[in-house]
Amino acid sequence: MSVDAAPKANWFSRLAHPGQFLVWSRYLLFPLGVGALAMFAVGLWFALYNSPPDYQMGDTVRLMYVHVPNAWLSQMVYGVMAVAALGTLVWRHPLADVAAKAAAPLGATFTALALYSGALWGRPTWGTFWEWDGRMTSTLVMLLIYLGIIALWRAFDDQLKAGRIIAIVTLVGALNIPIIKFSVDWWQTLHQPSSVITAEGPRMPGSILTPLLLMTLAFSLLFFFLHFVSMRTEILRRRAHSLERQAALGSGA
Amino acid sequence: MTAFLALIVRDLRLAIRIGGEALTLVLFFVMIGVVVPFAIGPDSAQLGRLAPGIVWIAAFLSMLLGLDRLFRADDEDGSLRLFRHAALPLPALVGAKMIAHWLLTALPVILASPILAVMLSMSMTDWLRAMLSLLLGTPALVAFGTLGAAVTVSLKRGGLIAPVLILPLCVPVLIFGVGAITGLGTAQATVFLAAISLVTCAFSPLFAALALRAGED
Repeated sequence: MSVDAAPKANWFSRLAHPGQFLVWSRYLLFPLGVGALAMFAVGLWFALYNSPPDYQMGDTVRLMYVHVPNAWLSQMVYGVMAVAALGTLVWRHPLADVAAKAAAPLGATFTALALYSGALWGRPTWGTFWEWDGRMTSTLVMLLIYLGIIALWRAFDDQLKAGRIIAIVTLVGALNIPIIKFSVDWWQTLHQPSSVITAEGPRMPGSILTPLLLMTLAFSLLFFFLHFVSMRTEILRRRAHSLERQAALGSGA
Repeated sequence: MTAFLALIVRDLRLAIRIGGEALTLVLFFVMIGVVVPFAIGPDSAQLGRLAPGIVWIAAFLSMLLGLDRLFRADDEDGSLRLFRHAALPLPALVGAKMIAHWLLTALPVILASPILAVMLSMSMTDWLRAMLSLLLGTPALVAFGTLGAAVTVSLKRGGLIAPVLILPLCVPVLIFGVGAITGLGTAQATVFLAAISLVTCAFSPLFAALALRAGED
């Protein structure tokens, strides 16, 4: 056991320092991007060619391989944001609010895509683009929450202050999402008995499950790739901003 | 406790001396009820069927309209900064302001609901249930509103952001609020509504105080 008295950057502070982050995350981008691409290639091949059509829905079942991963990401990204919010509030982690800010538009996009692909899927199978069904409604509310948080990010000038305040909003949203889900389910079952979702169910053979899991993995890798890119962009943007400010101060003096 | 009560009395007194705000809110609330029949037709059977939803939307919108007054004036004249150094903890102060805000914005609206009930030809039982559901549900709206106001108080142009932010969070309140008036499980919905109000009123002052602290330094 060697005793090293010099203050050394441990993994946590290396994680925290924006400059260090820019260094180590550069080596992560390539594997993530390539991994996502490879997963997409394999997953799409399974999804489009190497899986059977559903006996009820026919080929439209292939929409599921796009729809379900997006719906999964719409929830997972909020989870990422909630963890980042804890990081901001509890540890004042300097990268946590960057992570939260970068995740919000991505989460909104994935949620919108889930709704859009769901509408496209619903038209041929249920005969309607939109139904006030419990799951769809709570996804829509989720999208509204994302959009509200993005609007709040854009309203603040001081991004450090914004980070702490939006972390509070994110956590309140995270606490509220189960209540919204529960209330919407209660409301939907009360108003109209569930007649539309009968095609869904646990009966899912491996030939369909394989492409679904592959595509979910591919979309998740895509999210992490985009998240890292957009975190790096945000850090560089903040740097450029402070450099501009310094330059403006210098020219004024 | 005296400080807590004093703050409520101060807010009430300020609102009464400046005057007009509660009345304007009531006017807005009634006006929505007046406008809706023009939009969907004067058929009284149909109006009676839609009335619970209309009453709740009207109450909801008037609550959103009154949000900005919660912390804005205190922020502008510096009292918010003083509150931070008061002996009373900040969450308790926020709680006092919430109670005052409920008395000033929700109570007048609830008292004015008979006007809407008559104009929308609600039945007597529906109206009584509407009163109960508004009484039980508006605290939750105020709680979410307090959070929205606290989050946006440090923004110069925060007027529109707060409603956009808390609107999706208020969906359960609307669902159970209307569910407590009509539908199959009114008793169930009433209990859920009360539960949501209790939980949000317990947590909102803490989160709002946190947001106020984060917004000031």
